[in-house]
Amino acid sequence: MSAPNKDFDPVQVTPLDAEQVEGAVADALAAVAAAGDLEELAAASRAHGGDRSPLALANREIGALPPSAKADAGRRMGQARRRVADAVAERRAVLEAERDAAVLVTEALDLTQPTSRRPRGARHPLGLLVERVEDFFTGLGWSVLEGPEVEAEWFNFDALNFGPDHPARQMQDTFFVDPPEDGLVLRTHTSPVQARALLDHGAPLYVAVPGRVFRTDELDATHTPVFTQVEGLAVDEHLTMAHLRGALDALVVAMLGEGTVTRLRPAFFPFTEPSAELDVRCPVCAGTGVVAPGAGARAQGAATAAEEAASTRADDPAGEGAPCRTCGGTGWIEWGGCGMVNPHVLRAAGVDPERFSGFAFGMGIERTLMFRNGVQDMRDMVDGDARFSRRFGVEV
Amino acid sequence: MRVGVSWLAEVTDVADGATAEDVAAVLVRVGLEEEGLHGGDVSGPVVVGRVLSAEPEPQKNGKTIHWCSVDVGEEEPRGIVCGAQNFGAGDLVVVSLPGAVLPGGFAIAARKTYGHVSDGMICSTAELGLGEDSDGIVVLGELLGAAADGVAPGDDATALLGLDDRVVEVNVTPDRGYCLSVRGLGREHAHGRGLDVATAFRDPLAGVRVPSGPGERDVVLADEGPLDGRPGASRFTARTVRGVDPSRPTPWWLRRRLVQAGMRPVSLAVDVTNYVMLLVGQPLHAYDAARLDGALVVRRARAGERLTTLDGVERALHPEDLVVADGAEGARAVGLAGVMGGASTEVTAATRDVVLEAACFDPVSVARTARRHRLPSEASRRFERGVDDAMAAAASQLAVDLLVEHGGGTAEDGLTDVGGPAERPVVALPVGEPARLVGVDYAPERVRALLEQVGCAVSGGPGAPDALAGAAAAGAGVGAWSVEPPSWRPDLRQAADLVEEVARLDGYDRIPSVLPRAVPGTAGGVLAGGGLTARRRAVRSLARALAEAGLVEVASYPFVSPERADALGLPDGDERRRALRVANPLREEEPLLRTSLLATLVDVLRRNVGRGADDVALFELGSVALPAADRAPSPRPGVDRRPTAEEEAAVRASVPHQPLHVAALLVGARTPRDWEGRGRSADARDAVELALLVGEVLGVPLTAAAEADRPPFHPGRCAALRVAGGPAAGAVVGHAGELAPRAVAALEVPARTVALELDLDVLLGALPGPPRPGALATYPVVKQDVALVVDASVPAADVEEALRRGAGLLLEDCRLVDVYAGEQVGEGRRSLAFSLRFRAPDRTLTGAEVAQAREAAVAAAGEATGAVLRGS
Repeated sequence: MSAPNKDFDPVQVTPLDAEQVEGAVADALAAVAAAGDLEELAAASRAHGGDRSPLALANREIGALPPSAKADAGRRMGQARRRVADAVAERRAVLEAERDAAVLVTEALDLTQPTSRRPRGARHPLGLLVERVEDFFTGLGWSVLEGPEVEAEWFNFDALNFGPDHPARQMQDTFFVDPPEDGLVLRTHTSPVQARALLDHGAPLYVAVPGRVFRTDELDATHTPVFTQVEGLAVDEHLTMAHLRGALDALVVAMLGEGTVTRLRPAFFPFTEPSAELDVRCPVCAGTGVVAPGAGARAQGAATAAEEAASTRADDPAGEGAPCRTCGGTGWIEWGGCGMVNPHVLRAAGVDPERFSGFAFGMGIERTLMFRNGVQDMRDMVDGDARFSRRFGVEV
Repeated sequence: MRVGVSWLAEVTDVADGATAEDVAAVLVRVGLEEEGLHGGDVSGPVVVGRVLSAEPEPQKNGKTIHWCSVDVGEEEPRGIVCGAQNFGAGDLVVVSLPGAVLPGGFAIAARKTYGHVSDGMICSTAELGLGEDSDGIVVLGELLGAAADGVAPGDDATALLGLDDRVVEVNVTPDRGYCLSVRGLGREHAHGRGLDVATAFRDPLAGVRVPSGPGERDVVLADEGPLDGRPGASRFTARTVRGVDPSRPTPWWLRRRLVQAGMRPVSLAVDVTNYVMLLVGQPLHAYDAARLDGALVVRRARAGERLTTLDGVERALHPEDLVVADGAEGARAVGLAGVMGGASTEVTAATRDVVLEAACFDPVSVARTARRHRLPSEASRRFERGVDDAMAAAASQLAVDLLVEHGGGTAEDGLTDVGGPAERPVVALPVGEPARLVGVDYAPERVRALLEQVGCAVSGGPGAPDALAGAAAAGAGVGAWSVEPPSWRPDLRQAADLVEEVARLDGYDRIPSVLPRAVPGTAGGVLAGGGLTARRRAVRSLARALAEAGLVEVASYPFVSPERADALGLPDGDERRRALRVANPLREEEPLLRTSLLATLVDVLRRNVGRGADDVALFELGSVALPAADRAPSPRPGVDRRPTAEEEAAVRASVPHQPLHVAALLVGARTPRDWEGRGRSADARDAVELALLVGEVLGVPLTAAAEADRPPFHPGRCAALRVAGGPAAGAVVGHAGELAPRAVAALEVPARTVALELDLDVLLGALPGPPRPGALATYPVVKQDVALVVDASVPAADVEEALRRGAGLLLEDCRLVDVYAGEQVGEGRRSLAFSLRFRAPDRTLTGAEVAQAREAAVAAAGEATGAVLRGS
């Protein structure tokens, strides 16, 4: 730095010479432009804009100027330094953007590689279907109740008007707890909860009861000894079979879709009178009882000697198609038993049958899953093969 | 019940050209569900042929075939190969020609076989669907007897033998015993078509003349042990037919009807009794009169008495069994009444004199005897369901007529007829009752007409001249009918039964569909407002949480073998060994009901592994049955009224405790091996984590503590789960961990299988009310880490618990963030590093406050577990 310039001599203050300033600015701009990365830019910025840079040094000389010249030199130096700073900022923005872009490129991932780190689990479709039925009934304002699987014979049979020697007790093949005289059974239906609920809550009463029930059937493609039912029970003043039909029709639509055709068929259950079966028109054969030709040519039985000697045979000669296996060729699928609660049942539960009437029904969830979701073999529902549940996920 | 359409058409008007399907459709309308359609599946040319010659031709395979020339009414005889031996030249046979289709879709075509072209087939009984067993070729002379006269080659055999007659099989519900007869089905068919039974139905019993004189054979009703006051036999008829020719065959048409109904022809006398039973529903029994000794006595069996029944089985009788006996004072039992006759008085090929029994036995008595001796018979099925007690004599007469006509016998003039029809109950039917229960506004005259169609005598009620008298007789008001059901409908006992008849005959399809408006929340306080119980909602949340945690829900059967408890390693006296036993199990080797879900869930695991699954994570929600040590029989109070509070409580108390459990099993990778790495196997901690998750989801937090003695778990890798707080605090709700190696081996599941099982009833009983979140603190959090060195045996949970307790209310969270064991901390010791977070709800914490809390925490841990700060 020059000594204080008491006696002003512009010649002595060469750093403030306009040309020199302009030169320093040009040098700075060139260096900034030449900076290839942020480090070089920082170096250029230090060299041309830092405390020891020509422009900074020149700036200090302003104080040596006579007052008349200070303003002019100050303005000139300010402009010069601003131009350099602007250039640095501009260049920094460019270089930072370049750097960021490069980083993002190096951080790129192949997102097509598998992403599942833990396989998803699943609910069992029977449980999910039960929940849908529950939701249907709670939507109507009904309550959902449960009952025990090992049940007193009194609740399973006596309270439901099954006389001690009535053939209906044999109709439902019952698992008895040993010794049978002790009067405990694996409940054959969810209906004992009817009696429990009426004793507990009296009338009026609107309840749905899902649960597992047991019959001594062998496991095969369409039967399982342990299966799931949902029971419905409504007892109130003025309830009729028309209400039974209305509730079931709405349930059928909720479960099987709009347009499902049903029929009520007279039937017999000790705990309802009148009684009915609700049949659903077979969705597989559309009620015709026959599926397309070739779908199931019947196997031939063993040949007798006479047959063998005398004749040839041909499969399905008429080409009329095979009987529908889903409905057994009848065109209808038995969906559930139902009826008006037998006055005996109401009386045994302390409800006045002359004031109250009610209806009850029970339907099989396994069967519903079969024709609702096209499950061919009931064994898939009981085997517990995780692949089966997984095909449903958490919605049925 | 099976019946050929042609037989049914004899008693009821079947629509012109109606098929078996049409008949089934009519019957289902009134409640007789189709079980199947059989027979009649014969089409194409099936004709009568006369065998002109039959040359035996031995074959290399040892068989001898016949090369036959058969006249089938064409210009030239046909050459047919036949393997059967029971016919010869001159016989009339049935020939199916090429183009014919026999039962089972068996199509006939000309075919080269055994060196000849066989131009058709000579048919056997089985091939024509005429019988179950193949008695060889149908020889028409033998089959039809005299009816074969005039039959000529070329005649249509389908029409001749009724081969196209189809059989309708319907399911008869237990209340409609009368439909186990053609008579009953005929009546119902008329109902199904909406026809007037007076013209469309021809009762086979109508006009049958019954003798009135006394019969030869005395009958004594001597039941000294009636069940509930009902005599074992309310009526017993006996009729003797002498001089029946035992060599006379049963007529072809009768045998055919028996076969169509699924019964086996035996002999004329037996076939006739079965035929009449099928026709009208009255079971009959034929005794060989020569083998009977004196009067028939109906009595209960005596102590130690034995009887060999017709099926050749010698049976020890029960004092409650009703028997028919003969001899001095009925010393010898000759039949189980209403169930099966005895061998000693059976009709044989030598029998010439027959005594026919037609009786009415008590349904309950017959049902118990049939069940006791595991002897369901055609007779017992009908008696159990109730037999028309007015028809015994007439039904017997039908059988007598057939025996006389086809067996050449002579019937006695008289009839022994002891007892008689029971008095009919009269049921009061309020006029509005059908509408009240069905929701259809039936006109009163319609109700009356329909009940009369059913066979009821209806008196009183609107518009009846005898209104007052009838109503008074039934004890009903003038707004009610007095209805006397017909003798064949013992099931009609109350107004609701009659309402069903009205609705059924009028048609269930006339019932409208009206969605009922429920009163929400009717099922008590817990359900106020209706909907799901808190318990159901909680179980749903839990199931979904476990599914989201990667587990797959399955359901297993609750049946287990006694050996399963050994495989699980349960010690003698373990409560889980006290299981209910099923008296009639599905599989003899699995008679017990599970006391834990894991006992049956392992089978599902094994099945999945067996099907190739490597990584399996399963859970099951289900109940287990935990019987009390001292189990009292379940009482059966009467049902004609509400049980008393004590009775009801006793019934409920007899039902064993059946808590809802959740169990899970995991094997293989919890995180699968993939491109990122080797994955991670499921270990005991996963089981503990899932158990804690269950508590968390239900809002009932659990704590885990080591449990060394809980089979089937590994003693060093098992945690007991306890309720952390609230009223149930400290209750053990289950266990989680790894299965012990011995259990793994015995259960044949993969090594390192991990498991959990929790009793949800305890948790569901402790569900919190609605969550109350409180205010959220917004002041800064202060984090502090501490590393503590403890004996390796000290559970981390104990250290954490002490830290939390010592740190006091300012502690917001405490997490174990590092575990180190090694030289730096010394043999038998380990370092546990915890991250602590402090925060106050109302201020920024000072450094001094935090330091004080931290020191207090460390001090508490030191006191409780001997922990020392690492590096100090």
